[in-house]
Parts: sequence; C-alpha cells; structure tokens
Amino acid sequence: MAPRILRMGLAGILVQFSDRLDDAANRRALAFGARLAAALPEGVEEVVPSLGGVYLRLDPLRADHAAIEARLRLLLDDKASAAVAPARRWTVPAVFGGASGPDLDAVASAVGLGADEAMADLVARPLRVMAIGFAPGLPYMGILPDRWNIPRKAGLTPKVPAGGVVVAVRQAIIFPTDTPTGWWHVGQTGFRGFRPGAEEPFLLRPGDEVQLRPVGQEEFRALGAEDPDGGGASVEVVSK
Amino acid sequence: MNRMLEILSAGPAVTVQDEGRPGYLAFGLSRGGAADWLALAEGVALLGQGPGLAALEMAGFGGTFAVTEPIRIALTGAPMRAALDGVSLVWNASHLVLPGQRLSIGAVEAGVYGYLSLGGGIATGPVLGSRAAHLTAGLGRCIAAGDRLPIGPDGGAGVGLRLEAGGHAGGGKVRILPTAQTAMFSPEDRARFEATVFRRDAAGNRQGVRLAGAEPFATAGQRSLLSEIVEPGDIQMTGEGVPYVLLAECQTMGGYPRIASVVPDDLPFVAQAAPGDSLRFRFVTLEEALADHRARRPGGKPRVATRRLLRDPREMADLLSYQLISGVTDGGREGEA
Repeated sequence: MAPRILRMGLAGILVQFSDRLDDAANRRALAFGARLAAALPEGVEEVVPSLGGVYLRLDPLRADHAAIEARLRLLLDDKASAAVAPARRWTVPAVFGGASGPDLDAVASAVGLGADEAMADLVARPLRVMAIGFAPGLPYMGILPDRWNIPRKAGLTPKVPAGGVVVAVRQAIIFPTDTPTGWWHVGQTGFRGFRPGAEEPFLLRPGDEVQLRPVGQEEFRALGAEDPDGGGASVEVVSK
Repeated sequence: MNRMLEILSAGPAVTVQDEGRPGYLAFGLSRGGAADWLALAEGVALLGQGPGLAALEMAGFGGTFAVTEPIRIALTGAPMRAALDGVSLVWNASHLVLPGQRLSIGAVEAGVYGYLSLGGGIATGPVLGSRAAHLTAGLGRCIAAGDRLPIGPDGGAGVGLRLEAGGHAGGGKVRILPTAQTAMFSPEDRARFEATVFRRDAAGNRQGVRLAGAEPFATAGQRSLLSEIVEPGDIQMTGEGVPYVLLAECQTMGGYPRIASVVPDDLPFVAQAAPGDSLRFRFVTLEEALADHRARRPGGKPRVATRRLLRDPREMADLLSYQLISGVTDGGREGEA
C-alpha cells in the first residue's frame, strides 16, 4: 500500500506504511523513523517507530499540523531512504520446553513439527526486533516463516515470568517483566530487557537482531547465577 | 532532609505522582503520571509553585499524615473528607499543617482520584526523570503506613487560597477527535457512539476505564489489525465491541481499533468518573480543540483561577498563623454553603 498520513487525536500523526504485518513495511518504518528523529520537524516532541508505521507526538501548543504533514510528504517522496542494516546482534541463551516452555508441544503440533524440530526452526535464524512497545523494553521480533502463523491462545496465561519466550502470529517476544498473555510460552531466557535503575535501562532497539541459543537446564541455571540480569546474553555490533 | 511527610495510615491505592515520563514511547514506557493532570496543576496553582513537583495521588481513600516541619498543602481532585486535628478542611484549597497535627483524609465523596500536594513537593529519588509510580511498568509502589516521604524546600509562602471553580467529578460531556481507525466504524455506529449515554463501568484503573450502556459496536477487519501506538485518551473497542478509554498508565501498543480519542483537556472528566457516573462523547474538529487547548494555556501554563478562601479581607491578618487557619476553615464552610 502507499504510505498514509493519518491524524490521531489532538497531538498525534501516524505515517502508516502497512496495516498488516509486513517485513518490508517495517524496515521502511524504521528507516523513516530514524530520518525523522535525526531532524525533528518543528513542533514534534517524539518519533516512535512501530510495526507498520511511525507515530509522531506533537506539542499541541506550537505544532502546525499542516506544515508537519507537508514535511512528511516531502520526506516520503524522497527515495534516498534505504533500509537500515542491523546495527547490533544479540545472542541470548534460552531453554525450551518442559516447565520452562509449557506450550512448546502444542506450538510444535500447530507448526506441524516435532518439539525438537520446532525449537530448531525457531532458532535457525536471528530474529529482527521490529518494534519495542506494549511494556517497557518489550521486543516484537520476527518475521517467522508462514508455518508460524499460529493464532494466540483462546485463554489468557495469568503470568509468564520475566525472560519468557512467547510466540504467535509469526512473531516472538522475550518478556522484560512478568506478564499476563495470550501468546504461547515456549521457552525461558535470563534476559531482562528493562532495567529501571541501570545506566542503560532499555536494552534492545528496533533493528537489533536477536539469535536465541538453545541451552540445557544446567547451563541455563549457571548462566543466570553468573549474570542475573542478562542470563549470559552477549551483543556485537555488526555494522554502523 | 528534615522536611518529612509521615504516613500514619494509607488507603489501598496511594501513590506518588507527578507529570510522568514523556519521551519513552519508543521504548515501550507510557508517560504515566497523575491520572488527573488538571488536579495536579490545580495543586500547583494553589501553592504558587512550579510544575513538575510530585504529589500524593489517592484513589478512593486517603490516609492519615503528620509532618516534621510546617508544611503548606493543597487538596485537589476528587473531594474527600479531610480534617486537621478533627476540624474539617475545605477541599480544593491550600492549608498549613504544623508538626504535631494530624491530617486525615478519608473516603472520596465524588470522583476517584484525590491529590495531596505539598509546598516543595515530594522529593523521593527520581527514576527516568520522574518520581511517579508506574505500577504496570514495575516502577515505584503504593505508599503504606510507616513510610516517611522527604519534602523538598518550599520556595513559596501563603495558604488560604481556593479554586474559583474546582472539581470535575461526576462524569459529563467529553469532546473527542477522530483517530487512525475512526473510519473503520460505520457512520451509524459513530452516530450511535455520540448519542449513547455511557456509564463508567466498575472495571477501571489507572490504565483505563470500561464504558457500559451500549449494544456492542462492530468493526470490519478488526481481528487482523496490526498493533499500533496507543496513547491516553484513545477509546479502544475491545473484542466484544465494548469501549475502553485509555488513561495515563496504559500500554504503549494496542491491537484494538479506536473509534476516537478524548481531547486531553477533557480526559480528567473520564478519569474522575466514578463507577456508575454518566459520560457522553461529542466529536469536535481539530481546529476547534486546538484553539481551545491554547486558550486554556496563556503563556504555556494551564490557567487555574483561584481566590482567597476568606471573603472578608479584615480576617486575613496573617495567613500563616495557626489561628487564621482555623478561621480559614470556618470561612470555607461559609463559602461552601
């Protein structure tokens, strides 16, 4: 679809690249968000890339909606914006199945694989952080192959513990905090994506890649004891 | 720091709140802050201090408090039964509390959120630029008996002011604006939304409130909608077609379609609608809402009209003396009658 510029309430403008989950549209949104953030239009307070668009929060006391929209149209027409390459790649140890991933068997059967094969398929490639949202530091990662297009659970799981890996609708999430959810809980990491007191409170950024590395229970426990907030996660800068 | 607010007892949902944490939407953290931003601004006006100071937000019930030094206070938001050493205090007004006195704030009489603002503000350590508790994000906690909260230095003086027109409890008429998915709703449903007298449902908290009183609203293509950024004021239509108005501590992304967004200037009426209170919504134009928003903020600050609590200037000898505070209370009662 062609990008749309939509007003949202008194002080919001959405530049929408897609209203469905779409890898190319998300990459475009992230690139467009980065360009806007580098040179904020007058009256714009905040630029927020999301799964399919970029949200602008305006200062209603000084924002000129029409002028900002004209600026956005110019930027959209300017084809100079290329897709952003992943800046950082995280490797995050995760334990799958059993008590650490009670929904793995159900998910594997929905995907049409055995539990071990489903897990192998999930970690076969790095996942891309498409957006951070819902809760602080919560990454929407994907896009998984079509066979992972499984709907959310009918009911709500009252609590998936912090660090939990959940999947649904071709995406995966690592919960930064204990979270009630309708997504399928397949694994557990020791990674905390939101650390309020820390110098860097939000760990992941849109555009980051996350490679889940399967480990056994014993290694998982050892990593958690050594690195209580990170669970043995590491990060490398893969490009500027 | 010797200026302390001592919490002798507290209701179940008393938190420190300020203007919240703008600027973290891209990190998944909603702004949070006072559920009723206007009541917070009214506290600022009554104490004649700058914005950004933290106050106590009291949902439904206050508590009992003492101070270690003379402290100016302002009581705003949902009116609650308040007394100083048993002598009732006027709500929507500023008062002086002295060491040894006991400030008691009881149950809410209308509305939901009452505010206790302090001269100098609550000076707990900020996290991510704010002192506000954001319980869904795991920041801060509810205040409990035995807590001692530091109070900042008070750069102002004087008490005995009251709001010219205080109070926005009890529901009412609320202006709304279109948002990204408004067009997904049929013209009939949008008209029905405006025509409905909703009731604030029992379900509600700082994240949002549910609206009862209408047949379900239908939206086309609702289930495949891609999650997008949501903001306080957005009116989501949940899976059952029931509207839900997001408030200060909402999540930052949501997958439900939104029929409209409440004008921020009217959101305090939604936040302060108690279960059962009526709410009606009316679409306005962006131009109209922006012009009004700016008119309410001459010089960039929300305009809050105050007046002296006492009507008779001869009684206003020394606003800071204890005697006068008693007089202020009496005068306030006359004013209320």
